[in-house]
Amino acid sequence: MIPMDEAIGMWCDRCGEAATTGTHPGCAAARALEPPRYCAHCRRRMKVQVLPVGWSAVCVEHGELRG
Amino acid sequence: MPEILDQARNQVLEGGVGLDQAGVLAVLNLPDEHLTATLQLAHEVRMRWCGPEVEVEGIVSLKTGGCPEDCHFCSQSGLFTSPVRSVWLDIPSLVKAAKQTAATGATEFCIVAAVRGPDARLMKQMREGVAAIKAEVDIQVAASLGMLTKEQVDELVDMGVHRYNHNLETCRSYFPNVVTTHSWEERWETLRMVRESGMEVCCGGILGLGETVEQRAEFAAQLAELDPHEVPLNFLNPRPGTPLGDRPVVEGKDALRAIAAFRLAMPRTILRYAGGREITLGDLGTRDGLLGGINAVIVGNYLTTLGRSATDDLKLLDDLKMPVKALSATL
Repeated sequence: MIPMDEAIGMWCDRCGEAATTGTHPGCAAARALEPPRYCAHCRRRMKVQVLPVGWSAVCVEHGELRG
Repeated sequence: MPEILDQARNQVLEGGVGLDQAGVLAVLNLPDEHLTATLQLAHEVRMRWCGPEVEVEGIVSLKTGGCPEDCHFCSQSGLFTSPVRSVWLDIPSLVKAAKQTAATGATEFCIVAAVRGPDARLMKQMREGVAAIKAEVDIQVAASLGMLTKEQVDELVDMGVHRYNHNLETCRSYFPNVVTTHSWEERWETLRMVRESGMEVCCGGILGLGETVEQRAEFAAQLAELDPHEVPLNFLNPRPGTPLGDRPVVEGKDALRAIAAFRLAMPRTILRYAGGREITLGDLGTRDGLLGGINAVIVGNYLTTLGRSATDDLKLLDDLKMPVKALSATL
């Protein structure tokens, strides 16, 4: 599992675009009510399961995030 | 006081007879200055015909994404460029989710799958999952699996599923603008079979899909004709990659007017806050809706997006002195 504070990477975990191109304010705001969809390290779409309490997101290369 | 509110006070509050399509439209067209009075009346109607209790429910996605249908609001359609990937929930995780839901005080747990209708694999997963939940968790199980055959309806009854959700989503006249891979009438047919089976019918939809105010009134009237046990009211949360991904969010006052209008159309139904309320209404608006006709909530997260914490919602209900409906009251 990737600790949340190590999940910051090259890619926006919401839109999948480069994290370095702008600050993605819309994505940051939306993420308050959304799980991540893209791996911040490799841009792969993750397998995301939302549960009544919490969520998990799995990147085949970089492992699992939980929130 | 506008004439339509006087009419609603006599007809709906005193008589328990919902407004018709023209009446709902008149409510939806009331100016902002009458919104407080409209919500107050809808709240009185809810208290008179439903009581103060609030039904609390949790939902979970058993099968996410990869759906062959093209519901234009849905990030789980496999036909759009949505980032949502297909994933299945295993039985132990399903039971854990039911336990977490029950721990909030919820009496309802709805298992949802993104499918046109269930296949043999999904029905097997449902049978095993429902049995496992019933063995370990004290909660009512509902399901939402798309369009059903008569055999599948009977199978769900046999499993002990007590309520079936199948949303009409929008009014009949606007539906072809939202879904092209199946018809409104096909959905209605599943609802008819569910009703005949004895399962409770749960049917609502989404506001903000681009429908007109007139079509919103048409939808309320069509739901009232169906007379479902429960109406979940969603507000569009535009999802990236879907055809409706760039649509604006419903304006808060319009959402509240719609809540009141739907309550005045259906005085006895369970009118549930569902998806989109967080971005449409925020915390203050959520409170206003509970004082304007809503008498049920989905707590916790939704299928692909996150909700307010159950703790916040339960505290709000406590602040409003609205008791959570007990499980014994639902049996």
